[in-house]
Amino acid sequence: MLFALAFLALGAVVTLLINHHDPIVSWLGAGSVVVAAVLGSIPAVQVMAGSSLVERFRMPWPIPMGEFFIEIDPLTAWFLLPTLLLSALSAIYGVGYLRRWQGRRGLGPVWSFYCLLVLSMTLVLLARNGMLFLFAWEVMAVASFFLVTFEHESESVREAGWIYLVATHLGTAFLLAFFLLLARDTGSMDFTVWAAKGVQAQRLASILFLLAVIGFGTKAGFMPLHVWLPEAHPAAPSHVSALMSGVMIKTGIYGLLRTFTFLGAPPLWWGWGLIAIGLTSGVLGVLFALAQHDLKRLLAYHSVENIGIITLGLGAGLLGVSTGSPVLIVLGFGGGLLHVVNHALFKGLLFLGAGAVLHGAGTREIDHLGGLLKRMPWTAATFLIGAVAISGLPPLNGFVSEFLIFLGAFKGGISAGGAIAVPLFALIAGLALIGGLAAACFTKAFGIVFLGEPRSEHASHAHEADWTMRLPMLILAVGCILIGLFAPVVVGSLKTVLENITKLQPATVSGNLAATTSPLSFIVLGAALFLTLLAVLILLRRHLLARRRVEADITWGCGYAQPTARMQYTASSFAQPLTDLFGPLLGTKKKISPPHGLFPEEAALKTTTPDISHEQMYRPVFERINEWLSRLHWVQHGKVQLYVLYIAVTLIVLLVWKLR
Amino acid sequence: MNAISFIPLLLALTLSPLLLGVINRTKAFFAGRHGQPLLQTYFDLWKLLQKGAVYSRTTTWLFRAGPMIGLAAALTATLLMPLGKCPASLAFPADFLLFAGLLGLMRFFTVVAALDTGSSFEGMGASREVFFSALTEPALFVALATLVRETGQLSLSTMFGQVSNAHWLHSGPALGLVVLALMIVLLAENSRIPVDDPNTHLELTMIHEVMVLDHGGPDLAFIFYSAALKLWLLSALVVGIVLPGTGDPRLNLLLAVGAVFGVAVIVGVIESVMARLRLMIVPQLLVGAGALAATAFLLALKLN
Repeated sequence: MLFALAFLALGAVVTLLINHHDPIVSWLGAGSVVVAAVLGSIPAVQVMAGSSLVERFRMPWPIPMGEFFIEIDPLTAWFLLPTLLLSALSAIYGVGYLRRWQGRRGLGPVWSFYCLLVLSMTLVLLARNGMLFLFAWEVMAVASFFLVTFEHESESVREAGWIYLVATHLGTAFLLAFFLLLARDTGSMDFTVWAAKGVQAQRLASILFLLAVIGFGTKAGFMPLHVWLPEAHPAAPSHVSALMSGVMIKTGIYGLLRTFTFLGAPPLWWGWGLIAIGLTSGVLGVLFALAQHDLKRLLAYHSVENIGIITLGLGAGLLGVSTGSPVLIVLGFGGGLLHVVNHALFKGLLFLGAGAVLHGAGTREIDHLGGLLKRMPWTAATFLIGAVAISGLPPLNGFVSEFLIFLGAFKGGISAGGAIAVPLFALIAGLALIGGLAAACFTKAFGIVFLGEPRSEHASHAHEADWTMRLPMLILAVGCILIGLFAPVVVGSLKTVLENITKLQPATVSGNLAATTSPLSFIVLGAALFLTLLAVLILLRRHLLARRRVEADITWGCGYAQPTARMQYTASSFAQPLTDLFGPLLGTKKKISPPHGLFPEEAALKTTTPDISHEQMYRPVFERINEWLSRLHWVQHGKVQLYVLYIAVTLIVLLVWKLR
Repeated sequence: MNAISFIPLLLALTLSPLLLGVINRTKAFFAGRHGQPLLQTYFDLWKLLQKGAVYSRTTTWLFRAGPMIGLAAALTATLLMPLGKCPASLAFPADFLLFAGLLGLMRFFTVVAALDTGSSFEGMGASREVFFSALTEPALFVALATLVRETGQLSLSTMFGQVSNAHWLHSGPALGLVVLALMIVLLAENSRIPVDDPNTHLELTMIHEVMVLDHGGPDLAFIFYSAALKLWLLSALVVGIVLPGTGDPRLNLLLAVGAVFGVAVIVGVIESVMARLRLMIVPQLLVGAGALAATAFLLALKLN
């Protein structure tokens, strides 16, 4: 593992030093990430397989209360594997994706920050010391900020970068408070001490829980803390969006799970709270996604939705812990954890696909695209697999994790009392609604972008991406299929992780998992039957049409023979019934200039759906803060020597205060 | 799995097209017409299977794959649906989730195949299809959750096996509301009046029919057959709850088949006595179904 970290650090330094316009920088950067990923996955797989040889490394660190203490346990390994896989694949994709900027700009910094981001994410997962964790967390935020602002020439990208930077630091502020409170309570910064001691005082535990939900939730993208996601994901280069959305936001989920191991027995309302958060994030996330016209923004809102689904799983798990119901614990946490991996695969795939579309057709505007399936067959096929998977449909991986969460809710709700049954019932109804809306959203995204006729000049001249970009998408698509078809094996491998975080008896965990893997093997059987039937039908159809006339003509338009691409349904019209129904929640703004007269010439309709929490909650608050702070403008004048003086004065004042 | 468990499958495969015939004859009876032959759907399927095909130049392989994926999903779903007290070929805990998932998969590919034509009509139908199905999904799942709670069983086959007269006596209101909610789901999912009118001839007002406007020949036969299967499956879902068992398995089966056709007659009656709702009103009906199911769940919570 240390070698992997060293390789990443080396990659970061070397690419920065070379900073050449040559493709060699890209290959060096991507190469070091790939090598590190391979090296890093070996111990992670060993730990997952239940090897007693847990890798652990401690080294003193001069920072107060800090220690360089890293360890791989099953929980870390479970998050580490998708992180490393997606980092490596996105890096390979990045080589092709960044080729556009070759010769125009040095690619050294972007690769350097990429390596740094992967390094810091890995460290966040490995760290077992509070200071080290916060340090890595901060490096992660800064590295990703610089990646988001890669195309800093554009005003909107800069603004997205600032929103991200502010949001992430507000989150970190809560985490700082969280870690300091924990450290004061236990007198240590060591995760192992925290896990062993646990927080005894119920009130303190609840305060810590809230701090963690806000702090980690900002990174994960809980509504309404999600404001940075729909800004930062579209602005970043696509392979970085894939990495940020696929795995970086999951460090928030990891943080929450790690927190639960410190806090002792949870009261009932924690589970309720998480289910409520999950429902809001899930439903509102997918609704806002439906209303978007920008492909990457749409995907960003879907990350909010999927984080919601994961949180529903965790909430069900917490309810299980509070009431001592092993079924809920195993299936809730298990489903949430599996969805973490699944979301990394299909969301990574979809963002890479969106990047290929942007690369090939030059626009992210869904209503300007169309007909790309003929022009970009590989991207289209893999995007379709991602779309089916994210809609939670069999036989792919998204169905499996949602199945676990549903099964947990149904099983847990069979005979439980109202305090458990009602939230679980809300979970079932909510998850069903999310599933239906997600299918609506992805038929829109896939159908309008890849099917029909091209809606603009750009789209009709689109070209397929090269192999460096196709290969990662292909691997991720195969991953989605494999997890779907080998679901019982994958779910079985959750055993060590669940034992690790739930403190249940190994026999209880494996018993409950076995009760899950048997329906899953029926599902796999169903999937196999489905595929066999499909093959039979394909042969049947071929046989039937073999010696008959098969003609090609234009699409039926009530006899109209000169259809144009502009007559097609658009993404906005496709989503309009749903966005209208949920209009009060979305606040979509419409600007209509209706046709006039007998021979109308011009008519227009423009809809925008700004983020409601961004517009109504944060903007007024931040404008007020801005007003107040502008009175302090005189302090900031750009003279470095005076800034140094400020630091010196502050230190002296602090020293005096301490010695007083 | 034994030989008996294949009976629901075989009955569904052979008898489902007859359901449409029954619906049409019922409607003809109300209209005072003689109506088409009961076996008309079989004739249509046979005729379509003999034909060639015409494809739009806009379409791709996806348009051709859509009907096959839909039919494969419907056939797999048929394996999961019991008929009355007779268990399904595949029964396992939470099999209804796979059932719902397969119907979702079928819908997904019908919708993208429709969008593949680039036609505004089909886009419109596709848009309404996903709109309505997103609202029926919660109603279906909540109704199922109520059933799970009522019967204490997790598989459709054991669930239907459990339902008895005693259940109806003990918690009749909850079960009644579930049946009502599922009936609305059935009408919406199978594009029947009051949600959609299968007989309309105006593209602008169609939902399901317009999505398959450009399909022809064997592809259309696949689509018709999957639609017939879907109608059978959802009818069987309603029947399984309504029908209390007798001691005799053969009589049970006969009753169940009769009841499925009874559902078809009810659908025919509904179509004869009311017009379809305006598109704006349909969501209210569907959300209403969800509300009914939610009330049923709360009742189930209290009575236990």
